[in-house]
Amino acid sequence: MLEIILVSTLNGVLYGMLLFLMASGLTVIFSMMGVLNLAHASFYMLGAFFGFEISRRLGFWPALIIAPVLVGLIGMAVERYGLRRVHKHGHVAELLFTFGLTFVITEMVEMFWGKLPVDYRVPPSLDFAAFTVFSVNYPAFRLFVLLISVAIFIALLLTIKRTRIGLIVQAALTHPGMVGMLGHNVDRIFMLVFGVGVGLAAIAGVIAGPILITQSNMAALLGPILFVVVVVGGLGSLGGALVASLLIGLVQTFAVAFNVSLADLFGTSQLSAVLEVWLADIWRVTIAQIAPIMPYILLVLVLIFRPRGLMGTRDT
Amino acid sequence: MRTFIGSAALALAMLGSTALSAMAQETIKIGYVDPLSGGGASIGQIGLNQLNFIADEVNARGGINGKQVQIVGYDNQTNPQISLVQVQKAIDEGIQVIVQGNGSSVAVAVSDFITKYNERNPGENIVHLNYAAIDPVLTNEKCSYWHFTWDASADIKMEALTNFMKDKEDIKKVYLISQDYSFGHAVAGAAKRMLNEKRPDIEIVGDEYHPLVRITDFAPYVAKIRASGADTVITGNWGQDLALLIKAAGETGLDVDWYTFYAGGAGAPTAIKQANLENKVFQINEGINNLGYGPAEERAGAYMERFSSAPVYFPRVFNMMDMVFKAMEEAGSEDPGDFIPKLVEMKHDSFAKGEEGFMRADDHQFFQPLYIAALGELGEGEKFDEEHTGWGWKLAATVPTEDTLLPTTCEMERP
Repeated sequence: MLEIILVSTLNGVLYGMLLFLMASGLTVIFSMMGVLNLAHASFYMLGAFFGFEISRRLGFWPALIIAPVLVGLIGMAVERYGLRRVHKHGHVAELLFTFGLTFVITEMVEMFWGKLPVDYRVPPSLDFAAFTVFSVNYPAFRLFVLLISVAIFIALLLTIKRTRIGLIVQAALTHPGMVGMLGHNVDRIFMLVFGVGVGLAAIAGVIAGPILITQSNMAALLGPILFVVVVVGGLGSLGGALVASLLIGLVQTFAVAFNVSLADLFGTSQLSAVLEVWLADIWRVTIAQIAPIMPYILLVLVLIFRPRGLMGTRDT
Repeated sequence: MRTFIGSAALALAMLGSTALSAMAQETIKIGYVDPLSGGGASIGQIGLNQLNFIADEVNARGGINGKQVQIVGYDNQTNPQISLVQVQKAIDEGIQVIVQGNGSSVAVAVSDFITKYNERNPGENIVHLNYAAIDPVLTNEKCSYWHFTWDASADIKMEALTNFMKDKEDIKKVYLISQDYSFGHAVAGAAKRMLNEKRPDIEIVGDEYHPLVRITDFAPYVAKIRASGADTVITGNWGQDLALLIKAAGETGLDVDWYTFYAGGAGAPTAIKQANLENKVFQINEGINNLGYGPAEERAGAYMERFSSAPVYFPRVFNMMDMVFKAMEEAGSEDPGDFIPKLVEMKHDSFAKGEEGFMRADDHQFFQPLYIAALGELGEGEKFDEEHTGWGWKLAATVPTEDTLLPTTCEMERP
């Protein structure tokens, strides 16, 4: 039992931090600009493919720096020439724009790299088992992901709360006119924020690429879960995104570990015979089987009972 | 007015059909209804590449019955409903030969649709050539005269795989993990039944189902497999569900043998190499590279050269098209109504090693030698690696055609 709890906790935290890494950029863009970027997962995918291409030529570490910068620049161009123009037509136009962008990016990736998975590997310098618990190896690369996620969380939090840039950015969101009067270029601030947000997605891509599968459908697979993280955490709340990521990681991991169904819970009592008739469809479904839909159940519950999310400041 | 529209529509329809039949005389069009976008696209694209390759080979020889072969792709997004729309579209465009494979749910829907279409439209014969869907219902309860399948059904593969496993004394505890849909349940069900029969001493320590193509993190499943004490895992998983599972196992150092159906599929060899599971992942299929058979090496080599970024191919697609074209030539006709009688009970030297297989008339299942192989470092004289990994499939056992024959419950209605 101790083994299951310990291993599941570790797995859950590692997976949760990977989720946070992917969702952090999304929540930054939303909290600063009020734009729900549906193309976030696509930028994440772009990061993975750029990371693959660069690490093949220059090595993993240069890729970790160059790929996010490139994707960030692309993001800034997208904001400058696309998003800014549709911004004045309101949120629906922005949503549609970023939605359309997902298709464009997917098609581009398929043109360049095809539809088959590419061979993107963990760098040799991190390809070893960091430690072993109950004969389960924990790869160094996973720990590296954990460290990067924590570092990014702290850096973002400090930038937003403690620096002048952070203050201006926050002010620009609520009082763009006033910030503009004070001599700041509000448009440029938004462009930078968008660039940083998609750059974060690209970092996640470079790092997650070797762990998951770098393939042209990776964006579509990951998109939904990122929105769960952001909504459960509270739209625009960085701390909330962190808590929600960990929660989802742990809930899902623990759920997989338990093969308990309603049938097991009620045993063979009189009551269970009655219940079995009524609940025939879900009677023998184990918790492990529904583990992957747990995050979505969580999403529905949060939207019903706490629409602003765990740590959000406004209703969704 | 109404009669005018009616007669105009009729005139247009007649015009259309004469135009179509005129075109049909020049080319033989083959409709390929499979995923060309979305999650299944990486697999669907391989089938399309291969059909185009075969069509070009045939056209270079002067075509079939003096006509050129043309492949037309229809994207079904692995969705049964969309597939039926696309099949109808293909039929409207004058296509009589439909190739489809991915997804047993899709195949059942397509086969059903085509059978009913042929019943309702006597004289218009459409045939369904299935190269990948292996749910046993397709050749049993739901068999059809208009459906032919070239991949061995899940029951046949499991029968062969368990025959191989039963002689391995070191297998004591088996864990089953499958995707939670009809095919995954068919695989796990067959594994339980057959192992219980052949090796009652083997303990089934896990019977896990997970949602199809939804999991990004398989670490918890791997932890469960480890906790069960299993020494062997059987899985029907394919695509990323297999690749991610293998990767997670490699990462955490899970030491078990894997018995799979689809470890040869796109992305899996890469994952196996990354996980460094040498000679631990077995697959069963109708052919592997490096069997030392000249014609196969030549043809596969030419294919890989042309599609070097996606060098994976399915030997069964070669078997299928070679047989269908042969039947068309023997019948002197491209109408399935004429060439199906030639296809039924046709004998064919299978692509991989030239050993004989045959199409069974009872259920339209192609029976062929099957090969069990594990992925590992290439040896002397083995020139084909998988997905540029430097590793290739190494033969562990050959299952001759006669050992793959399973009875069928098919009661076929012939026109």
